[in-house]
Amino acid sequence: MLPSVVHLARPVSIRLAFMRPLAHFRPHMDPDPSRPVERAIRTKLTNALKPDHLEVLNESHMHAVPPGSESHFRVLVVSSQFEGLPLIQRHRMVNETLKDELSCRIHALAIQAKTPAQWGSNPTLAKSPPCMGGSKGDHTVDQKLKTGQE
Amino acid sequence: MNNLIRATARCLRSGTAVYMPRQADGRLWSASGRRFLCSDVQKDLGEIVKKDKVVVFMKGTRAQPMCGFSNAVVQILRMHGVDDYADYNVLEDQDLRQGVKDFSNWPTIPQVYFNGEFVGGCDILLQMHQNGDLVEELKKLGIHSALLSAEKESK
Repeated sequence: MLPSVVHLARPVSIRLAFMRPLAHFRPHMDPDPSRPVERAIRTKLTNALKPDHLEVLNESHMHAVPPGSESHFRVLVVSSQFEGLPLIQRHRMVNETLKDELSCRIHALAIQAKTPAQWGSNPTLAKSPPCMGGSKGDHTVDQKLKTGQE
Repeated sequence: MNNLIRATARCLRSGTAVYMPRQADGRLWSASGRRFLCSDVQKDLGEIVKKDKVVVFMKGTRAQPMCGFSNAVVQILRMHGVDDYADYNVLEDQDLRQGVKDFSNWPTIPQVYFNGEFVGGCDILLQMHQNGDLVEELKKLGIHSALLSAEKESK
Protein backbone atom coordinates (compact mmCIF):
# COMPACT_ATOMS: atom_id res chain seq x y z
CA MET A 1 0.00 0.00 0.00
CA LEU A 2 1.53 3.28 -1.03
CA PRO A 3 1.55 5.94 1.62
CA SER A 4 -0.86 8.72 0.94
CA VAL A 5 0.84 11.67 -0.65
CA VAL A 6 -0.11 15.20 0.14
CA HIS A 7 -0.27 17.01 -3.14
CA LEU A 8 0.83 20.54 -2.56
CA ALA A 9 1.79 23.08 -5.13
CA ARG A 10 5.49 23.09 -4.55
CA PRO A 11 8.05 25.32 -6.16
CA VAL A 12 10.30 23.62 -8.65
CA SER A 13 13.65 24.86 -9.76
CA ILE A 14 12.51 25.05 -13.34
CA ARG A 15 15.87 25.55 -14.96
CA LEU A 16 17.74 22.85 -13.02
CA ALA A 17 14.94 20.33 -12.95
CA PHE A 18 14.18 20.45 -16.61
CA MET A 19 17.50 20.35 -18.41
CA ARG A 20 20.11 17.62 -18.48
CA PRO A 21 23.07 17.16 -20.82
CA LEU A 22 22.79 14.25 -23.20
CA ALA A 23 25.28 11.69 -22.01
CA HIS A 24 24.94 8.80 -24.44
CA PHE A 25 22.85 9.85 -27.37
CA ARG A 26 22.14 7.17 -29.96
CA PRO A 27 19.86 8.67 -32.57
CA HIS A 28 18.40 5.43 -33.88
CA MET A 29 18.33 2.95 -31.04
CA ASP A 30 16.88 -0.44 -31.92
CA PRO A 31 13.38 -0.66 -30.49
CA ASP A 32 12.62 -3.36 -28.00
CA PRO A 33 10.25 -5.81 -29.77
CA SER A 34 8.33 -6.31 -26.56
CA ARG A 35 7.45 -2.61 -26.57
CA PRO A 36 5.00 -2.19 -29.43
CA VAL A 37 3.99 1.38 -28.59
CA GLU A 38 7.57 2.60 -28.51
CA ARG A 39 8.19 0.84 -31.81
CA ALA A 40 5.12 2.42 -33.37
CA ILE A 41 6.15 5.88 -32.16
CA ARG A 42 9.61 5.52 -33.62
CA THR A 43 8.37 4.19 -36.93
CA LYS A 44 5.67 6.79 -37.41
CA LEU A 45 7.82 9.76 -36.44
CA THR A 46 10.65 8.54 -38.64
CA ASN A 47 8.41 8.06 -41.65
CA ALA A 48 6.46 11.29 -41.23
CA LEU A 49 9.10 13.76 -40.12
CA LYS A 50 12.33 12.29 -41.52
CA PRO A 51 14.21 13.37 -38.39
CA ASP A 52 17.93 14.03 -38.23
CA HIS A 53 17.76 12.88 -34.63
CA LEU A 54 15.04 11.07 -32.74
CA GLU A 55 14.78 10.09 -29.11
CA VAL A 56 11.82 8.14 -27.76
CA LEU A 57 11.81 7.63 -24.01
CA ASN A 58 9.30 5.55 -22.16
CA GLU A 59 8.79 7.45 -18.92
CA SER A 60 5.98 5.26 -17.62
CA HIS A 61 8.18 4.00 -14.79
CA MET A 62 8.19 7.56 -13.43
CA HIS A 63 4.42 7.50 -12.97
CA ALA A 64 1.78 5.70 -10.96
CA VAL A 65 1.26 2.89 -13.48
CA PRO A 66 2.24 -0.82 -13.38
CA PRO A 67 5.80 -1.81 -14.31
CA GLY A 68 6.29 -2.44 -18.01
CA SER A 69 3.56 0.04 -18.99
CA GLU A 70 3.78 2.09 -22.16
CA SER A 71 1.62 5.03 -21.14
CA HIS A 72 3.93 8.01 -20.64
CA PHE A 73 6.49 9.02 -23.27
CA ARG A 74 8.91 11.81 -24.03
CA VAL A 75 10.01 12.41 -27.62
CA LEU A 76 12.73 14.61 -29.00
CA VAL A 77 12.41 15.20 -32.72
CA VAL A 78 15.00 17.11 -34.73
CA SER A 79 13.72 17.76 -38.22
CA SER A 80 14.19 20.31 -40.96
CA GLN A 81 10.43 20.08 -41.51
CA PHE A 82 10.10 22.28 -38.42
CA GLU A 83 11.95 25.19 -40.04
CA GLY A 84 10.00 28.40 -39.79
CA LEU A 85 7.17 26.82 -37.84
CA PRO A 86 6.05 28.02 -34.41
CA LEU A 87 6.23 25.54 -31.56
CA ILE A 88 2.53 24.87 -31.52
CA GLN A 89 2.50 23.87 -35.16
CA ARG A 90 5.48 21.57 -34.65
CA HIS A 91 3.76 19.89 -31.73
CA ARG A 92 0.57 19.52 -33.74
CA MET A 93 2.56 17.72 -36.44
CA VAL A 94 3.86 15.28 -33.86
CA ASN A 95 0.40 14.86 -32.32
CA GLU A 96 -1.14 14.24 -35.74
CA THR A 97 1.49 11.65 -36.56
CA LEU A 98 0.79 9.82 -33.30
CA LYS A 99 -2.95 10.42 -33.09
CA ASP A 100 -3.88 6.74 -33.01
CA GLU A 101 -1.48 6.02 -30.18
CA LEU A 102 -2.61 9.14 -28.33
CA SER A 103 -6.25 8.16 -28.55
CA CYS A 104 -5.82 4.55 -27.44
CA ARG A 105 -2.51 3.91 -25.75
CA ILE A 106 -0.52 6.96 -24.71
CA HIS A 107 -1.67 8.96 -21.72
CA ALA A 108 1.08 11.57 -21.67
CA LEU A 109 3.42 12.75 -24.39
CA ALA A 110 6.15 15.30 -23.72
CA ILE A 111 7.51 16.80 -26.91
CA GLN A 112 10.65 18.65 -27.91
CA ALA A 113 10.57 19.64 -31.56
CA LYS A 114 13.71 21.31 -32.83
CA THR A 115 15.23 22.30 -36.12
CA PRO A 116 18.72 20.95 -36.85
CA ALA A 117 20.20 24.38 -36.12
CA GLN A 118 18.43 24.62 -32.77
CA TRP A 119 19.58 21.14 -31.85
CA GLY A 120 23.13 21.95 -32.88
CA SER A 121 23.27 25.01 -30.65
CA ASN A 122 21.59 23.35 -27.68
CA PRO A 123 21.75 19.54 -27.74
CA THR A 124 19.98 18.95 -24.43
CA LEU A 125 17.12 16.66 -23.60
CA ALA A 126 14.57 18.16 -21.24
CA LYS A 127 13.55 16.26 -18.14
CA SER A 128 9.97 15.57 -17.14
CA PRO A 129 8.70 16.92 -13.85
CA PRO A 130 8.15 14.55 -10.92
CA CYS A 131 4.89 12.63 -11.01
CA MET A 132 2.23 13.78 -8.60
CA GLY A 133 0.30 10.55 -8.73
CA GLY A 134 -2.55 11.73 -10.93
CA SER A 135 -2.54 8.54 -13.01
CA LYS A 136 -3.32 6.37 -10.00
CA GLY A 137 -7.00 5.49 -10.06
CA ASP A 138 -7.51 7.40 -13.30
CA HIS A 139 -9.91 5.29 -15.31
CA THR A 140 -8.82 6.70 -18.67
CA VAL A 141 -5.26 5.59 -17.93
CA ASP A 142 -6.57 2.17 -16.88
CA GLN A 143 -8.47 1.87 -20.17
CA LYS A 144 -5.36 2.67 -22.17
CA LEU A 145 -3.29 0.20 -20.20
CA LYS A 146 -5.94 -2.50 -20.79
CA THR A 147 -5.75 -1.80 -24.53
CA GLY A 148 -2.13 -2.78 -24.35
CA GLN A 149 -2.89 -6.00 -22.54
CA GLU A 150 -5.43 -7.18 -25.11
CA MET B 1 -17.56 27.74 -13.09
CA ASN B 2 -16.95 24.01 -12.76
CA ASN B 3 -20.55 23.67 -11.58
CA LEU B 4 -21.70 25.46 -14.70
CA ILE B 5 -19.76 23.08 -16.88
CA ARG B 6 -21.09 20.04 -15.05
CA ALA B 7 -24.66 21.31 -15.22
CA THR B 8 -24.30 22.08 -18.91
CA ALA B 9 -22.86 18.65 -19.66
CA ARG B 10 -25.64 16.92 -17.71
CA CYS B 11 -28.38 18.83 -19.49
CA LEU B 12 -27.00 18.40 -22.92
CA ARG B 13 -25.83 14.81 -23.27
CA SER B 14 -28.42 14.17 -25.96
CA GLY B 15 -28.03 17.52 -27.64
CA THR B 16 -27.77 17.80 -31.39
CA ALA B 17 -25.53 20.14 -33.31
CA VAL B 18 -27.64 23.21 -33.92
CA TYR B 19 -24.77 25.14 -35.38
CA MET B 20 -21.23 24.41 -36.39
CA PRO B 21 -18.87 25.98 -33.87
CA ARG B 22 -15.25 26.57 -34.77
CA GLN B 23 -12.53 24.80 -32.85
CA ALA B 24 -9.54 26.45 -31.27
CA ASP B 25 -7.35 25.91 -34.33
CA GLY B 26 -9.92 27.45 -36.68
CA ARG B 27 -11.27 24.22 -38.12
CA LEU B 28 -14.99 23.94 -38.58
CA TRP B 29 -16.28 21.48 -36.03
CA SER B 30 -17.75 18.37 -37.62
CA ALA B 31 -20.37 16.44 -35.69
CA SER B 32 -19.73 13.35 -37.80
CA GLY B 33 -16.54 12.54 -35.94
CA ARG B 34 -15.64 9.30 -34.31
CA ARG B 35 -17.72 10.04 -31.26
CA PHE B 36 -20.76 12.12 -30.52
CA LEU B 37 -19.87 15.36 -28.83
CA CYS B 38 -22.08 17.74 -26.98
CA SER B 39 -21.99 20.90 -29.08
CA ASP B 40 -22.98 23.05 -26.15
CA VAL B 41 -19.95 21.95 -24.12
CA GLN B 42 -17.93 23.16 -27.07
CA LYS B 43 -19.90 26.40 -27.12
CA ASP B 44 -19.31 26.87 -23.39
CA LEU B 45 -15.61 26.23 -23.86
CA GLY B 46 -15.59 28.89 -26.54
CA GLU B 47 -16.88 31.33 -23.97
CA ILE B 48 -14.79 30.01 -21.07
CA VAL B 49 -11.48 30.47 -22.84
CA LYS B 50 -12.34 34.10 -23.59
CA LYS B 51 -13.71 35.00 -20.17
CA ASP B 52 -10.27 35.36 -18.58
CA LYS B 53 -6.97 36.53 -20.02
CA VAL B 54 -5.21 33.36 -18.88
CA VAL B 55 -7.05 30.06 -18.69
CA VAL B 56 -5.55 26.72 -17.70
CA PHE B 57 -7.21 23.33 -18.04
CA MET B 58 -5.32 21.06 -15.70
CA LYS B 59 -5.39 17.99 -13.51
CA GLY B 60 -6.11 19.11 -9.99
CA THR B 61 -6.28 22.73 -9.01
CA ARG B 62 -3.69 25.47 -8.84
CA ALA B 63 -3.63 25.01 -5.09
CA GLN B 64 -3.32 21.25 -5.36
CA PRO B 65 -2.13 20.02 -8.76
CA MET B 66 -2.52 16.29 -9.36
CA CYS B 67 -0.02 15.95 -12.19
CA GLY B 68 3.60 16.96 -12.59
CA PHE B 69 3.01 18.61 -15.96
CA SER B 70 0.03 20.57 -14.64
CA ASN B 71 2.09 21.57 -11.61
CA ALA B 72 4.84 22.82 -13.90
CA VAL B 73 2.39 25.16 -15.62
CA VAL B 74 1.19 26.44 -12.25
CA GLN B 75 4.75 27.05 -11.09
CA ILE B 76 5.77 28.85 -14.29
CA LEU B 77 2.79 31.18 -14.01
CA ARG B 78 3.62 31.73 -10.33
CA MET B 79 7.21 32.62 -11.19
CA HIS B 80 5.96 35.27 -13.59
CA GLY B 81 3.63 36.62 -10.95
CA VAL B 82 0.50 35.67 -12.88
CA ASP B 83 -2.02 35.32 -10.03
CA ASP B 84 -5.21 36.23 -11.81
CA TYR B 85 -6.03 33.28 -14.02
CA ALA B 86 -8.79 30.72 -14.28
CA ASP B 87 -7.95 27.08 -13.62
CA TYR B 88 -10.32 24.24 -14.50
CA ASN B 89 -9.84 20.78 -13.03
CA VAL B 90 -10.56 18.22 -15.76
CA LEU B 91 -10.43 15.38 -13.23
CA GLU B 92 -13.72 16.63 -11.81
CA ASP B 93 -15.60 16.34 -15.08
CA GLN B 94 -14.98 13.76 -17.79
CA ASP B 95 -17.10 15.70 -20.29
CA LEU B 96 -14.86 18.69 -19.78
CA ARG B 97 -11.78 16.53 -19.97
CA GLN B 98 -12.68 15.11 -23.37
CA GLY B 99 -14.43 18.28 -24.49
CA VAL B 100 -11.38 20.47 -24.08
CA LYS B 101 -9.21 17.95 -25.96
CA ASP B 102 -11.67 18.06 -28.86
CA PHE B 103 -12.11 21.82 -28.68
CA SER B 104 -8.37 22.47 -28.77
CA ASN B 105 -7.64 19.50 -31.01
CA TRP B 106 -4.93 18.70 -28.50
CA PRO B 107 -4.63 15.27 -26.94
CA THR B 108 -3.17 16.02 -23.55
CA ILE B 109 -3.67 18.03 -20.40
CA PRO B 110 -2.61 20.66 -19.26
CA GLN B 111 -3.76 23.20 -21.83
CA VAL B 112 -3.11 26.93 -21.65
CA TYR B 113 -5.11 29.71 -23.30
CA PHE B 114 -4.09 33.39 -23.59
CA ASN B 115 -6.89 35.78 -24.57
CA GLY B 116 -8.97 32.98 -25.96
CA GLU B 117 -6.16 31.61 -28.08
CA PHE B 118 -4.68 28.18 -27.46
CA VAL B 119 -1.01 28.49 -26.53
CA GLY B 120 -0.07 24.89 -25.89
CA GLY B 121 0.73 22.53 -23.07
CA CYS B 122 3.45 22.27 -20.48
CA ASP B 123 6.29 21.78 -22.96
CA ILE B 124 5.44 24.88 -24.96
CA LEU B 125 4.91 27.05 -21.89
CA LEU B 126 8.22 25.87 -20.49
CA GLN B 127 10.07 26.67 -23.69
CA MET B 128 8.40 30.06 -23.89
CA HIS B 129 9.50 30.68 -20.30
CA GLN B 130 13.08 29.65 -21.08
CA ASN B 131 13.45 31.63 -24.30
CA GLY B 132 11.81 34.82 -23.05
CA ASP B 133 8.72 34.57 -25.25
CA LEU B 134 6.44 34.15 -22.24
CA VAL B 135 7.41 37.56 -20.88
CA GLU B 136 6.54 39.08 -24.26
CA GLU B 137 3.25 37.25 -24.57
CA LEU B 138 2.23 38.28 -21.08
CA LYS B 139 3.08 41.87 -21.96
CA LYS B 140 0.65 41.66 -24.89
CA LEU B 141 -2.01 40.61 -22.38
CA GLY B 142 -1.20 43.64 -20.27
CA ILE B 143 0.50 41.50 -17.65
CA HIS B 144 3.89 42.63 -16.39
CA SER B 145 5.97 39.57 -15.61
CA ALA B 146 7.44 39.47 -12.11
CA LEU B 147 10.67 38.27 -13.66
CA LEU B 148 11.06 41.62 -15.39
CA SER B 149 10.84 43.41 -12.06
CA ALA B 150 13.27 40.96 -10.50
CA GLU B 151 15.71 41.49 -13.36
CA LYS B 152 15.44 45.26 -13.02
CA GLU B 153 16.11 45.13 -9.28
CA SER B 154 19.21 43.02 -9.74
CA LYS B 155 20.81 45.59 -12.05
